[in-house]
Amino acid sequence: MPASPVIPEAVSNVACPFCGLVCDDLEVSTAAGRVTVQANGCALALAAFERGNSDGGTGPRIDGVPASLADAAATAARLLLGSRLPVIGGLATDVEGARAAGRLADRLGGVLDHMNSATFLRNTMVLQDSGWIATTLSEVRNRADLLIVAGGDVVSRFPRFFERCIANGDTLFGEGRTCDVIFLGPGVPAGSTIPGIVPTVIPCDVTQLAAAFGLLRALLAGRPVQAESAAGMPLATWRSLVERMKVARYGVMAWAAGDFPFPHAELTVQSLCELVKELNLEGRFSGLPLGGSDGDITADAVHLWQTGFGSRTSFGQGIPENDAYHHSTARLLARGEADVLVWISSLNEARTPPPTSIPTIVLGCTGMAFEREPAVFIPVGTPGLDHAGHLFRTDRVVALPLQQLRPSTLPSVADVLAAIHAALEES
Amino acid sequence: MLLKLKGGRVYDPANGVDGEIRDLYVRDGQIASTPAPDERIDREYDLGGRVVMAGAIDMHTHIGGGKMNIARAMLPEDHRADPVARTAITRASCGHAAPGTFATGYRYAEMGYTACFEPAILPVNARQAHLEMGDTPMVDKGGYVMLGSDDFLLRLMAAGEDQKLINDYVAWTLQATHCIGIKVVNPGGISAFKFNQRTMQLDEAHPFYGVTPRDILRVLSRAVHELGVPHPLHVHSSNLGVPGNVDTTLGTIRASEGLPIHLTHIQFHSYGTEGDRKFSSAAARVAEAVNSTPNASCDVGQVLFGQTVTASADSMSQQRNSGFANPPKYVVMDIECDAGCGVVPFKYRDRNFVNALQWAVGLEIFLLVNDPWRVFLTTDHPNGAPFTTYPHLIRLLMDRTFRNERLGLIHPDAQALTTVGSIDREYSLYEIAILTRAAPAKLLGLADLGHLAPGARADITVYRNDPDRERMFSAPEYVFKDGDVVVRDGKVVKVTWGRYHRVQPEYDHGIERRLKDHFDRYQTMRADHMRITPDEMHAFGHGADVVTHPCRR
Repeated sequence: MPASPVIPEAVSNVACPFCGLVCDDLEVSTAAGRVTVQANGCALALAAFERGNSDGGTGPRIDGVPASLADAAATAARLLLGSRLPVIGGLATDVEGARAAGRLADRLGGVLDHMNSATFLRNTMVLQDSGWIATTLSEVRNRADLLIVAGGDVVSRFPRFFERCIANGDTLFGEGRTCDVIFLGPGVPAGSTIPGIVPTVIPCDVTQLAAAFGLLRALLAGRPVQAESAAGMPLATWRSLVERMKVARYGVMAWAAGDFPFPHAELTVQSLCELVKELNLEGRFSGLPLGGSDGDITADAVHLWQTGFGSRTSFGQGIPENDAYHHSTARLLARGEADVLVWISSLNEARTPPPTSIPTIVLGCTGMAFEREPAVFIPVGTPGLDHAGHLFRTDRVVALPLQQLRPSTLPSVADVLAAIHAALEES
Repeated sequence: MLLKLKGGRVYDPANGVDGEIRDLYVRDGQIASTPAPDERIDREYDLGGRVVMAGAIDMHTHIGGGKMNIARAMLPEDHRADPVARTAITRASCGHAAPGTFATGYRYAEMGYTACFEPAILPVNARQAHLEMGDTPMVDKGGYVMLGSDDFLLRLMAAGEDQKLINDYVAWTLQATHCIGIKVVNPGGISAFKFNQRTMQLDEAHPFYGVTPRDILRVLSRAVHELGVPHPLHVHSSNLGVPGNVDTTLGTIRASEGLPIHLTHIQFHSYGTEGDRKFSSAAARVAEAVNSTPNASCDVGQVLFGQTVTASADSMSQQRNSGFANPPKYVVMDIECDAGCGVVPFKYRDRNFVNALQWAVGLEIFLLVNDPWRVFLTTDHPNGAPFTTYPHLIRLLMDRTFRNERLGLIHPDAQALTTVGSIDREYSLYEIAILTRAAPAKLLGLADLGHLAPGARADITVYRNDPDRERMFSAPEYVFKDGDVVVRDGKVVKVTWGRYHRVQPEYDHGIERRLKDHFDRYQTMRADHMRITPDEMHAFGHGADVVTHPCRR
């Protein structure tokens, strides 16, 4: 159970856990246990903190029947002890929850797989195969004079990105900074704008971006090119883009792997990263992989440092075995290989477990609604709202402290997993 | 609980004990003086014929933090070749070049090491580094925090601010990040690389701030000295790996202007440009400079052959080396107006001229630096080789016949260019105990580690006295951590979590206003969040004690 610290009625420098930017400058009022963002909150944050005010009241359930936390943990332990291959999925939690999940997977010989790994692995595979040159948010804020966004619009996933990293006029190196912004793809939705930014949109076919990056690499290297277009845009467009990239003092190519929802999108990411590497033969250019929402980079980081492997790792043989194909939750459920699912989802009540007929143990937000009542449901607190914790930011560098903002009786994911672990050892 | 370790041959250089047969007593986790005759001994270990030393200390090993986790992400094939299975008491993990934190702790302990120091903690990444070290069992931990390419310091220097203010910033950084020393990597060069500069000479002005690496070395070594931090400025010099970098290295030693300076992985900085291939050993010149400069110390960063991965904050050098990546993949990052990093997998081959000569250069340094208190046994894990190669390295130092056999296997042109074969020196057990125990504790200001006098922590390693020193140092018979047997016959039998070591020098809190303004205007996190709280440290380390060592002023 979380301790009950004295929470002031106005809290500054609050870190927000609801996207991978983990902005840590929010001002929040907590009067009467009601958490309201007063300043520096984006639409995502406002909605998520507000959602937190309406939940509460629900307690653990076993087969839909209210139960104590101890009984729920004991039932979960019994199910897990009888399991041949449990999947510990979801993993939307903080560092502490990810540590506890790793310990449980090790103890049970289970599989660890984050809810976002299908998208996240598009980047991991590139790291494993060829690597990248990358930068972080403060470098972009101070140095970037050209930002190219590949695929999506950034703002719908990371609402304050432009405000915090591009639209600032004041940098370490002078005032009145400008940064050209180019979207490869649809850009921002029709009718919406980004304050302070007038982007150029190259409305190319995102599914064909790999071909465009290939063309840009050829143009950069001065190789003869026969293609007259790529990704639906004429050669002249790409020619002028590569010239712009070459004269950037500090260019940045941002992408969110979630904006590439097509087969083998890792090859698109890889061609993007290889282009950025080649731009560094003469000048400076960096990639900016944007992710980290739902704690995906957090879980990946923790499990990487503990075992050498991130998502989709099985401990079934007593050693960590990573396999992006074999150890996906979806495949293990579809093929009937998994026999118990533990679903951890403490950041967003909409991220419910995938449909399955096997016994499911859910550690979820209190307001979570299910199509099929899980065998065990244990409501957990949200890190950064109900209890303290830590979350990694999109850049894999900065881990920010989250704080408790309201009185709460909800246990953390780490607390519940510790209770289940203790029940396992007693059996 | 009173233990008696009876009749071992004790090597305890901090107390001048050179292989004497002695009894040691352990009470409540510490070495105790000889008890009164009527006191009950709870447990006696007969160590006749055994070699007894304090637990070993690795003063420069990359065990935790962002760049190691990038290395882990990049190397699934390396992990698969060395899986570490769970046991009833230990966790599943992976080993070799970029091991998981669990395997790191187990394997260090299984080699008789009881303390490890991470030498490159970026201030913005300190929380991650401490989380990773917190998940590293068995050993004590500590870290050196990096300054010297961070825009805050460079701005202070460019504005001509007083040394006093710089001292405040250095002390604030140490306090906020709970580190025990200050490291500088390619001074100013990591920042210059962000301006597309590809090399940085000792007296070359930074492209924006105008300050030189020499200026940065001077203000930082002065800050460390004036704050009374025991560990001298820990310096990764400019021009790592560049043929002819010996001049930079000798200049760097002089740049300390008489203040204490530690040159790290000096092997990578001891290259000349002689010979047909314009690449030669300058180890003799570097060793001579160390010998004649009492305020200088070095660790070697020995290269040993095989697959590894290089992970460094020196983004400028790693970008330069990225073409040598094997397997062909690499990551280079600019990080938060604070520093950078580069991760490049590397396979050192004995039949490759350059790699073979690097191997020889490291051994020359070991054999030509006269004072074993000022040269430290490191491979710069994992940059020269994984730390698990230490027993092999110790045999190379202790066994001339073995060394010369190995010399005969390397690229013939490298053999012709090295003096290794002509050097008779063999390290003694006493000297190995200096390099790996007594000297690191002294250099870091760890009064109760690295020795076996009453009051020291009972971190003790017991070896069988095997003439094959590689075998001997690979699997100690016993390792005691804080008085408990944690390793038996080279295998972990009890899991502990070690302690954190740090310094907390005082400073004028006025610096915090400037930092707040700087972070609010330019950075994407709040200055307050740079500060790691004592509660966080406690939780990160599984409840491990955090030990604050005194500064000398």
